[in-house]
Amino acid sequence: MGAVAGCSTPAPKEMVSGDAAKAVYVAPGQYDEFYAFLSGGFSGQVTVYALPSGRLLKTIPVFSQFPENGYGYNEETKPMLETTFGTVPWDDTHHAELSQTNAVPDGRWLFINGNNTPRVARIDLTRFETEEILQIPNAAGGHASPFTTANSEYIVSATRFSVPIPNADVPIESYKEHFKGTLSFIKADVPGKMDIAFQLLMPGYNYDLGHAGKGPSDGWFFFTTYNTEQAYTKLELNASKNDKDYIAAVNWKLAERCVKDGKAKAFPSRYAHNYMDPDSRQAMVEFKTSVQMLEPAACPGVVYLLPTPKSPHGVDIDPSGEYIVGGGKLATVIPVHSATKIKAAIAAKAFDGDIGGIPVLKYEATIAGEVQKPGLGPLHTEFDGKGNAYTTMFISSEVVKWKLGTWEVLDRAPTYYSPGHLMIPGGDSKQPWGKYLLAMNKITKDRYLPTGGELAQSAQLYDISGDKMKLILDFPTQGEPHYAQALPASILKDKQVKFFSLANNKSPWVTRSEAEGGITRKGKAVHIKMMAIRSHFAPDNLEGVEVGDSVFFHVTNVEQDWDILHGFAVLGMNTAELIMQPGETRTLVWIPQAPGVYPFYCTDFCSALHQEMQGYVRVSAKGANVPLKANISAKAATQLSRMNAVPKPMDHQHGAAGGK
Amino acid sequence: MNRRARLLMGIAAILPAAAALWPLWEVRLLAPQYPEGLGMRIFAHTVTGLKPNDLGSINGLNHYIGMMPIEPGAIPELRYMPWLLAALGVGALLVAVLNSRRLLGVWIGTFALLGAVGLWDFWRWEYDYGHNLDMENAIIIIPGMSYQPPLIGSKQLLNFTATAWPGGAAIALGLAFVIAVLVWWTSRTPRAAVAVRATGSAPDRGAQVPV
Ligand SMILES: [Cu+2]
Repeated sequence: MGAVAGCSTPAPKEMVSGDAAKAVYVAPGQYDEFYAFLSGGFSGQVTVYALPSGRLLKTIPVFSQFPENGYGYNEETKPMLETTFGTVPWDDTHHAELSQTNAVPDGRWLFINGNNTPRVARIDLTRFETEEILQIPNAAGGHASPFTTANSEYIVSATRFSVPIPNADVPIESYKEHFKGTLSFIKADVPGKMDIAFQLLMPGYNYDLGHAGKGPSDGWFFFTTYNTEQAYTKLELNASKNDKDYIAAVNWKLAERCVKDGKAKAFPSRYAHNYMDPDSRQAMVEFKTSVQMLEPAACPGVVYLLPTPKSPHGVDIDPSGEYIVGGGKLATVIPVHSATKIKAAIAAKAFDGDIGGIPVLKYEATIAGEVQKPGLGPLHTEFDGKGNAYTTMFISSEVVKWKLGTWEVLDRAPTYYSPGHLMIPGGDSKQPWGKYLLAMNKITKDRYLPTGGELAQSAQLYDISGDKMKLILDFPTQGEPHYAQALPASILKDKQVKFFSLANNKSPWVTRSEAEGGITRKGKAVHIKMMAIRSHFAPDNLEGVEVGDSVFFHVTNVEQDWDILHGFAVLGMNTAELIMQPGETRTLVWIPQAPGVYPFYCTDFCSALHQEMQGYVRVSAKGANVPLKANISAKAATQLSRMNAVPKPMDHQHGAAGGK
Repeated sequence: MNRRARLLMGIAAILPAAAALWPLWEVRLLAPQYPEGLGMRIFAHTVTGLKPNDLGSINGLNHYIGMMPIEPGAIPELRYMPWLLAALGVGALLVAVLNSRRLLGVWIGTFALLGAVGLWDFWRWEYDYGHNLDMENAIIIIPGMSYQPPLIGSKQLLNFTATAWPGGAAIALGLAFVIAVLVWWTSRTPRAAVAVRATGSAPDRGAQVPV
């Protein structure tokens, strides 16, 4: 056993220390200290938890349809899921990344990647909503994504799978000849304008994770590679042969210059850019047609390869920016490269040959130190800002705390079980809030009451304010939280949008008052403009709809009050409900299949008379020619007069109001 | 040998049959991600998992380190061990029927030899599994690391604590051996029928062997 320390089996039900409950207890009515954004893994979403209590605050739909609020089902948000492959209603989110200013999380946006159909999304943190999604062309498996530069000038997305670029029908056996990887640098500093600034064409390896430099490593981006063996079958074995793979160090400022100097080629590439217009709250799709493709040979010095043992997964930069930590899944040490030494090695040309013109630096020339006997299966490292690093050990199922500079192991704490990423609020930034550490585990087993064969994932919270890590909380999570980021609640809580201004609602189908409601027909399309207010819809009785019509319910929630939502659903519809936030218009399409009378109702309990918040649509046979009619109910009329609203006609005839 | 001694040898003749019902040896594995544990039971004729799929799980894990899979069909000892145990049973029965102390001596000697060879053979298999690794197909390679499980007791193997101890059948065989040795010992002189005294009147069965 000599080679491997720290793998003694921890007691499976290790007790937490006595004051743990107090450490995580947030009294009713009190706020937590941190917002934590966990990737939803194969749920395709982001979940927001409060720390230290571990309470789930919200699921933010991103790449997957979300029937709970109609995201990806209603007409306004469907375009968000458009790609060149058509609508892709699911993805696999991995890495939550907060935008940064001067290498510190600033709370403007959260970025997240879609791993399966490479995409990156921007979530606006005043609304906790996905507002932009960019597809990544010339890529397969957007895993090393979406890590940000120190001022969110760029986020990156590197291909996990190398593929023929441009993709083409070639024999898989021709891997070494035809398969390439790309590293995409995405301009991300202006909402609504995300675009690929350039792509770097790289050797056909697998690219795993990345992190931007800062301080002495500023201007550099680091990506881990594995399968430098370039295997294309049984990778488990054949991609685990080499003792060392590489961390690719990319001088992105030089790349930027080379692109500016015309050294990149316009590379025909089709990809989607989806954006939610903030005023109409209607998503749009644009298809782009080209990227700037930069080959390393055209820009000497843009990439160097740092040999790193063995199949490195994480590449994590310490708060000072000097140390670049590799997490070799199969390595027996944790190697730490030095930014200063890398620069010196480049200047001294301490090369160990090159790969396709990309210089390979000598391991001894760049390495600052190795953590010996750290445990089994080191994956990811974060920092507490006090000179300590914390690394997850997948196989020995623990978090190991070690010291930067001396590389000595200071403490170990078991996790339950097999952690992937870990997260310290701001723990990958210049200024960690090093009070808590969250380990996200891949195996849950016996941690909670069992629920059949499929269990929630498990997260574990440690207090790292003292010398020893203390386990203080265990909580289940949704999907598979690969990575998370967190920041103090004070940065976000006071800038939340409580409702949308009805006056600024630029939806073409907005209904601001009952008088604006109505029903119109254009061929087989029937548009219903409807408003929702406690506790009625107006209009609430609709006639003149025929079997086979496309019925568009455009429903506006005219409330201007925090947390007063309304919902909308109609009997037998083939889609999800609408949930309208205050001041927002959402559209549901329904194609009735048979004559009859179909009720609709409010699905979000809004008021004492929520159960009365309902209406009917009369559906007639094709060609029945029942006149179009949109009523407001007697009750609505009464409420209306009580509210001193403007008087209005009870019926809207053909095209009488609001038709477009 | 007196009636009781012969009766005891009759019992000793039945005990090897226990090896058909109970395992000779048990190996258990505990790791952080396997709080419920994994385990193997080594019978005279086969190797099974402690739980229905444990053997498959163990083989699945072992492939990472290049350990050859444990396949009961490929272990020849498991084919002839039941016959050897049956022969021991028949031998003990013959001792009782023929009332031959000499044969008893031969039986004890054979038993001791088989037991020693059996343990050595088991250790040899463990050594082979632990050292004869397929490095070409190993995924986790730690220089100098071998994975020989313990014969008895606990040992840390990467993230697993492996613990091995004799099973019910080994205990039954050991009991048969002890009975035989006691019978042999107490029948040194034909009249010395009571060498081991039953203590008191409390029939504390199993604690002593009344002869
Ligand atoms: Cu309502």
